[in-house]
Amino acid sequence: MKYEINWSVLWQESPYGELYYQLLLNGLGWTIFIALFAWILAFALGSFIGVMRTTDSKFWQIFGQGYVEVFRNIPLLVQIFLWYFVIPEFFWGSASTWLKQLSPVYTSIICLGFFTSARIAEQVKAGIEALPRGQRMASLALGLTSRQSYRYVLLPTAYRIMLPPLTSEFLSLVKNTSVCFTIGVMELMGQTNSMSEFTFKTFEALTAATTLYLLINLVVVLIARFLERKTSIPGFMTSH
Amino acid sequence: MFANFDTHVITNNLSYLFLDGMRFTLILTALSTVTGVFLGTLLTLMRLGRWKVLAAFSAGYVNFVRSLPLVLVIFWFFFLVPWIAMWMTGGSRPIPVGAFMSAFITFTLFEAAYFAEIVRAGIQSIPKGQPSAGYALGLRYWQVMGYIVLPQAFRNVLPVLLTQIIALFQDTTLVYVLSATDFLGAADKIAKRDFRQFELYIFVAVVYFLISFAASYAVKRLQKRVAIIH
Repeated sequence: MKYEINWSVLWQESPYGELYYQLLLNGLGWTIFIALFAWILAFALGSFIGVMRTTDSKFWQIFGQGYVEVFRNIPLLVQIFLWYFVIPEFFWGSASTWLKQLSPVYTSIICLGFFTSARIAEQVKAGIEALPRGQRMASLALGLTSRQSYRYVLLPTAYRIMLPPLTSEFLSLVKNTSVCFTIGVMELMGQTNSMSEFTFKTFEALTAATTLYLLINLVVVLIARFLERKTSIPGFMTSH
Repeated sequence: MFANFDTHVITNNLSYLFLDGMRFTLILTALSTVTGVFLGTLLTLMRLGRWKVLAAFSAGYVNFVRSLPLVLVIFWFFFLVPWIAMWMTGGSRPIPVGAFMSAFITFTLFEAAYFAEIVRAGIQSIPKGQPSAGYALGLRYWQVMGYIVLPQAFRNVLPVLLTQIIALFQDTTLVYVLSATDFLGAADKIAKRDFRQFELYIFVAVVYFLISFAASYAVKRLQKRVAIIH
């Protein structure tokens, strides 16, 4: 038996009317959409929790630590099932029904946002701790409030140090969106899987998906490099 | 909601959950760790060695695999392994391999790329003078690596390596897409049969949390003990 490779299957019509390559691109669009919105959520939450863990308050340190442990020690696939199947059960009546009818795209964004936020929190904490201790002391000595010293002194430099690890977190996030197809989101992996099931042209479908994932990676890496150059403070960081 | 939390659906199925499911998960994790670390070390030695072709292959492989989602790679090997098995045995049609075998091959090849990067970081943490001294004493590349560099490199990155193994342990849940009966798969099958997703998914989450949390706590303790004070 021989596997006949036939690339033209990508231009064949699917049962949905669109051509298969259009469905894959559509999936790619959802992958990017979910990744971007999850990133916004993750970045905001992660920065908040990360900053919390560098404050002097023991309570907020422990809270932040607990938050990170919860999201880091449960597998992502289990987390997505919790958000999708378990959380709606905690609500009653119309709220529960509404949640259950919500598109799994929203569930995916929330799930990936929280999951990634714990990892960003770790990076933010490490980034702030990597700054010389004098920076915080100097800004407080100059009369800035704690909030101001974070906003104008610590975070702007910490984010710059964190740019490379944040890039790889974003790449992980894009890869993690592939898990969303298990709750029925038709992102790139979901479309690839359904194309392979309809056409039995698994090799072609997987190759197309692989190419698209590689392409996203390439674009993200290029954007990150541009950002690094754009935001670097001359003479501040020794690398590059 | 917890008032009608049905604990019986869990207690009645403990042997299926743990002796079938968790056993699959742990064996898959353990075997893939051994082969993955071995292959990852080999990839790193290729990358840092003298032969440019091998170095380029290793770098290309590691970067390629690391930019793909694990789910995609699982599907790739589930599709490819039967064809490769046919080709290797000279059979006439694809030879179906079980989900376990397919997952084992996938995790070995996938995680090797991640382990390779960790081992490489470890090797680069060893001062250059040490291999130079080894060569000056007449040792060969494999001897320098095997007797001098690698033992220290592994010691230096042991915590990172163990953390990656915990990540691998969590990643094995993705064999769900092959309908394999790992711990999550077993729970999922009971959940769907008895309409008890609420109880079982919570139970699964708690068990994974406890194991991963305990393991990462142990890694943190170990990190303090093995740290070489400079």
